[in-house]
Amino acid sequence: MTKPILEVKGLKKHFAAKSGWFQPTEYVQAVNGINLTVHEGETLSIVGESGCGKSTTGRCLLRLLEPTSGEIWYRGKDLTKLAGKEMRAMRSQLQMVFQDPFATLNPKLTIRRILEEPLIAQKVPKTRRAALIEETIHIVGLNPSHLDRYPHQFSGGQRQRIGIARALMLRPQLIVADEPVSALDVSIQSQILNLLQDLQEQFGMTYIFISHDLGVVEHISDRVAVMYLGEIVELGSKAELFQNPLHPYTKALISAIPISDPDEQKERIILQGDLPSPASPPKGCRFHPRCQSCMDICRTEVPKETYVLGQMVKCHLYS
Amino acid sequence: MKRQPPVLEVKGLTTQFSARKKAVTVVDQVDFSVQKGETLGIVGESGCGKSVTSLSIMRLLGKSGKVVAGSVLFEGKDILELEEKEMRTIRGNRLAMIFQEPMTSLNPVLTIGRQIGEVLKLHTSLGQEERKRRVIELIAQVGIPRAQEIYGEYPHRLSGGMRQRVMIAMAMACRPQLLIADEPTTALDVTIQAQMLGLIREMRKETGMSVMLITHDLGVIAEMCDRVLVMYAGQVIESADVRTLLRHPKHPYTKGLIRSVPHHSRGEKRLYAISGNVPSPGEWPTGCRFAARCTEAMPICHEESPALSTLQDGSFCRCWLHDDLVPAEGRSIP
Repeated sequence: MTKPILEVKGLKKHFAAKSGWFQPTEYVQAVNGINLTVHEGETLSIVGESGCGKSTTGRCLLRLLEPTSGEIWYRGKDLTKLAGKEMRAMRSQLQMVFQDPFATLNPKLTIRRILEEPLIAQKVPKTRRAALIEETIHIVGLNPSHLDRYPHQFSGGQRQRIGIARALMLRPQLIVADEPVSALDVSIQSQILNLLQDLQEQFGMTYIFISHDLGVVEHISDRVAVMYLGEIVELGSKAELFQNPLHPYTKALISAIPISDPDEQKERIILQGDLPSPASPPKGCRFHPRCQSCMDICRTEVPKETYVLGQMVKCHLYS
Repeated sequence: MKRQPPVLEVKGLTTQFSARKKAVTVVDQVDFSVQKGETLGIVGESGCGKSVTSLSIMRLLGKSGKVVAGSVLFEGKDILELEEKEMRTIRGNRLAMIFQEPMTSLNPVLTIGRQIGEVLKLHTSLGQEERKRRVIELIAQVGIPRAQEIYGEYPHRLSGGMRQRVMIAMAMACRPQLLIADEPTTALDVTIQAQMLGLIREMRKETGMSVMLITHDLGVIAEMCDRVLVMYAGQVIESADVRTLLRHPKHPYTKGLIRSVPHHSRGEKRLYAISGNVPSPGEWPTGCRFAARCTEAMPICHEESPALSTLQDGSFCRCWLHDDLVPAEGRSIP
């Protein structure tokens, strides 16, 4: 295995939610103590349902949101301790691709200007900018004639290419991609996934890929982390996790994917109920009210991280 | 098996939207039918006209949209000819619809009970007390716990899955003959999606209704449908029973669509991708609308539009490759 590029220890993000003037402040535990190691050149996916804290995690990793506590070690430096200037310099190595290519491109700026922005922020000399912009627009499969247009003149897939080009401008080491293809149609989705894979090969980048689509995750990842209510409940290599899921939640999640073959229909585990509110998570194991293998201990005690043949799982069934 | 007349028969449906004095065709000569008890899937990418097709059938196009040609026979009657007043007795009663966004389809200032009750108030002669009892029954039927309490709740207190259940309860209130479900699970998580599809299946079994399911997810199609219609740029380009379509797709677009689902390229390093973009309405090319993105395009494809022809296995396909009228060798314009 190559060496780790990012090590996350005990990452927490709690949002204060006041329900009224005289009520005590509640805390929404969006991310609650995450440990994660990302290796150089790999694609690590974070998968989970809406509200499980996967996007918050992604944003905290790049300090787009300030973590409540925890450490984020990137190449020997703790990102959470870096002051403004140092962090800003660091950002050239850490970039993000967002979900909605409609909302993340400023409609009043031309593509050239949008792509120039990161170069200005990192004080790249003016003389080098034009060449870099043209080179990058080619890399993502668009051409320089597109540079003087505005975002509304592009389709969803093309906009996502522009979003990727912007993240690529500074040739980062690590890209956090938050649902980069979920707003796109299937046929466009595969274009973008292929592009992301090509870029990874070309530049040797590391990806943290956040998605709710298990089919996409299975395709693109080396390792997968499954999140539920602010915690990683299982983490393992893609092959192991999809063929031999350990956590009851992972099992249910995988069995819920509709398969596009009418004769390959499988036994389904249908979870009852909804995701509980992260403001008042269940005691003990956070998954226990929806779990089919729930035992007495699950209601009272929080399961610890256990390793089964290199696969991390947080469940009392395996401790 | 003796064929009963279809519940819904759509013939030559053409819908236009006008913007800035220009009429743009969005649905172009669409034909299909839904048999009793059958689930018909309509699949296609955004902008292909699948939602507008369903809104045309419901006559919910709004001011800018207009059906300019064709007929929609529902239980033998052309509903495009009906007075709005008559249409109202059918809509929500014999013909019901659920939408993609359960958040925006519910009125935020009315209680759940009131909103479901409204359907019954309009279409039945039930008294207030009976209505309430029936609504609570319906809420319980779609699998919402604490039906009594939920009756008096407002939509914002419910999760996305719960709201979609409320929408289903509303649609099922009058036991419709045909349920049109427009991307009913797209906004939901997989585990909730599995719950919802199970619920629709159960309801269908219980009432024997027909379902028209609109989705872009081939997995959902495989799980739910008997027959499938593939739409591209406002046209039906292929239709077949679900097995034939997924196993032996004919149209290059359908083939590409199936191959681009990540699940199908398991083990392959690169995904299959259809190049280019879906042309937007108003920018449809002459000839085959898929030709510009097609890997098998021939000269004729760019010149002349292929017709929807019947194939030997009973499926339909709109493609010059499968058009018997053209000799296999030349296949170009004489």
